Formats: sequence, C-alpha cells, structure tokens
Amino acid sequence: MSLMTGKQVEILAIGGSAGSIPVLISLLKSLSPPIPYTILIVIHRLKNVHSELSLLLSEGLGTLQVIEPDDKMPLSPQGVYLAPQNYHLLIETDLTFCLDYSEPVLFSRPSIDVTFDSVAQVFGPGAVAILLSGANEDGSKGIRRILDRGGTALIQAPHTAAYQSMPQAAIRHNDDAIVLQPDELIEFLKSSMG
Amino acid sequence: MSQPPHAQLTTDELDEIIDLIWRQYGYDFSHYARASLMRRVTRCMLNAGFRNGYELRYHLTNDPNFFYWFLQTLTVNVTEMFRDPVVYRELREKVLPKLASYPVIKVWHAGCATGEEVFSMAILLHEAGLLNRARLYATDINPANLEQARKGVIPVHPMKEYAHNYRQSGGKREFAGYFSFFNEGAEFKPELRKDIIFAQHNLVSDQVFNEFQLIICRNVMIYFDKVLQNRVTTLFYDSLSPLGYLMTGMKESLLFTNVSPNFEEISAGLRIYRRRK
Repeated sequence: MSLMTGKQVEILAIGGSAGSIPVLISLLKSLSPPIPYTILIVIHRLKNVHSELSLLLSEGLGTLQVIEPDDKMPLSPQGVYLAPQNYHLLIETDLTFCLDYSEPVLFSRPSIDVTFDSVAQVFGPGAVAILLSGANEDGSKGIRRILDRGGTALIQAPHTAAYQSMPQAAIRHNDDAIVLQPDELIEFLKSSMG
Repeated sequence: MSQPPHAQLTTDELDEIIDLIWRQYGYDFSHYARASLMRRVTRCMLNAGFRNGYELRYHLTNDPNFFYWFLQTLTVNVTEMFRDPVVYRELREKVLPKLASYPVIKVWHAGCATGEEVFSMAILLHEAGLLNRARLYATDINPANLEQARKGVIPVHPMKEYAHNYRQSGGKREFAGYFSFFNEGAEFKPELRKDIIFAQHNLVSDQVFNEFQLIICRNVMIYFDKVLQNRVTTLFYDSLSPLGYLMTGMKESLLFTNVSPNFEEISAGLRIYRRRK
C-alpha cells in the first residue's frame, strides 16, 4: 500500500490535542478493514480520571477495536492503538510497546513528540505522521524527526482546526511537511488502503 | 525555520555507554528497555550540552561527579500521590480488610522515588486503623530520592490534584490535614511516617530481604526489558507470603512474564495480583 509519495506505509501515527477528536473520528471511520498497517493515536487528555476514549473511538468502527496497549505488548500489523493516559508511548525495535512515565514534555504525557520520535527511529521511511488540532506546540519536533528519517508528515490545515496553534507551530518548524484539509486527509488515508 | 540539532546517539554507542557504566561504576543498565533508556540518555546529553556519544563517554570516563549527576537524571523520579485513584479505592475495599488479619502487616514499596506513593499507603493504613501494626519498607536505586523521601516534604503545587485523587480513592477526611505547610513544600505528618524504613535497593542486583503481605511496584518495571522483568517478578514472588498481594502499574501486565501462572488478578484491569499458594 503506497501513498502518493510512493513509499510503503508500515505505520501511521496520529497526534492531536484540543479540538482533534471529531477529525480523528472521521479519519478512523474512513478506514476500511483490514488496515494494511499499524495505527498509533496520541491524544492529550486528563489523567487520574476514568476515561473510555478507546471505547468512544471504537464506536462505529465495526470490527476495528482501538486498544490501549500494556507495556511489552507486541504491535499487531493491523492494530489500532491509543496511548494510555499518563504515559509516554514508545516502540522497541522488536516491535513491542514500551511505556514511559517520565516527566511530561511540553506539559504533556503522553507526548506526541515522544511517540513520533520513536516511530521515526523504528520505521524511518515507512512512517506516516498526521498532526491535528491543538492548543500547544507538541508535535513540531516529532514531525521534524519523522521527516528527517525519510517518513511522511501531514498537518491539518490550521484554518480548518478548532485550535490552530499546534498545526501552526508544526508548519512553522517544518516547511517541508504537507498541509491538508480534513477531507484531503481522508482521501489520503483511503488511497493508502490500496 | 529549523530547530537545534537533536543529540545523536547510535544504538552501538548506547551499548558502549552501558558497558562503560557497568565496568567503571557497577550499575547494570544492560536489561533496561532500550527505547526509554535511549530517550533518557539523549535527554541527559541535551541537558549537559553534549552533541555525540564521544563527548558523553569522555565525561563518564573522567568525571565521577558527572556520572552521579547522570545517574540522577537517568533514573525516572516521577511520582504522584494516589495516582490512579480507582486502584487505591480497591486497596481500601478489598485488600486492607484481608491484610487486617495479620498481626504484623509488612509492605514493600519497590522503586518508591521521593515517597509519594508510600505516604498515600500510610494514609490508607492509618484510616483503616492498621498503621500501628504495619511495617512499610520503601526502597529505591537512587540515594538522592531516598534522602528527599526521608524528609517527608513534597511540592505544594500538585496538592490540589492529590486532594482530588484522595477523594476519588474514597478518602473522606481533610486531605490537607495530613500535612504541615511551609513556603517550600508540604511536610507529611511525622507521626504517620515515623515507621517507614527507607533503604537503597537495586532490583537489578539485590536479593530477597524479607517476607511481605503486599508489594507495590508501580511504573518501575516498564523501564526493564523482558529478561529483567522476569527476574524482578520472580524476586517479588519469592518475597511474598502465600496469598500475598502484588500491585503493578495500570499498564504493567504480569501476562508477559514467567510468573504469570503463579498469580491471579483480583480485580480485572487494576493490576492488583494475588500470589497463589
């Protein structure tokens, strides 16, 4: 399965914060299983409160289930994973999850930068990252790492985002990233399904 | 606009650093999870202003003071009071009533960082009327953490969040009443922590030192690889009395370890395990 960039997609990492959930849901709903690669989702959210975000995201996805992985769980090639509350989500080279409870980065744990960086290191050109709406600057450095390792970076067009500062910052720091509106992101995903 | 270059380290260089630290200082990081260790090491390099593995090796080799700073920065010292309140609620309701039948209740907090979780446990035991029969052992690899924990002083800024966690865990009292407040921090009441034993213990190399009814090791084993997780969970098994309890972090499952058949999870998803006889 290749994107318009012609690279083989092995993993898709999606990062978002305030205002990102509606777009995220429409992206997930556009997928038609079986998905030919792994999907990781990193969303900023509250800690120490009960959360059923993984259930909410799974709603209406049919056979697709969004899973919050445990430490050391192997990545399934067709799995859809949500970074657990209050942990950073990393990947080992043996394709198992590695959770990290160290300091928040840019006030965020999970941090989008941390996951994107890890995805870039392990998957290099096989990585695609999408950064959505949000109100801080998380994700900018991670997008840089994805691009530096030969991966593909897509940023939601700020004027379509409920909160613009996150995509704006990412564009400012990464003028080689691709900026797309939500319907274009959906087209992109559909074409990646092969 | 480009950002400052990322501190770079190859996996081979990381292996060399791990080997150097072992040979020169006796700390064994060879079975730490590589992904998070790499992240910590590059973070240390960034803080120290080093750009490559050569500079890091040079300073580790020639400057023991740098090594101790490095160790302090490398180990994760993050903790919260009543983290995951739902787990503490389960402790209150399901575990403490069982522990009440023991004449002396021995609890081990492995990887206690600066003490916030062991103070949370002291509050639970106190409210259950069990603290005077409890012996709390709190250990960590990092001496600076233990020194801080012995002072019983925690930062003030997260207190509101801790109070919220405490109430979510079923706490009914005035949370702030457990502390004396100063400008610099909040001191946990001395009468509630006088029987806590803080000691250095390295899960990588140290052995069983007592028998416990409850072992708490939350968000420590995530930094270990599978080999070391197996060693440590076996150490916990050997350190528990039959039917003793083991609590891990919410995303740490014994399922991926060899001791899995020897434990049952008493509440689905909360990662409170009970040793089978």
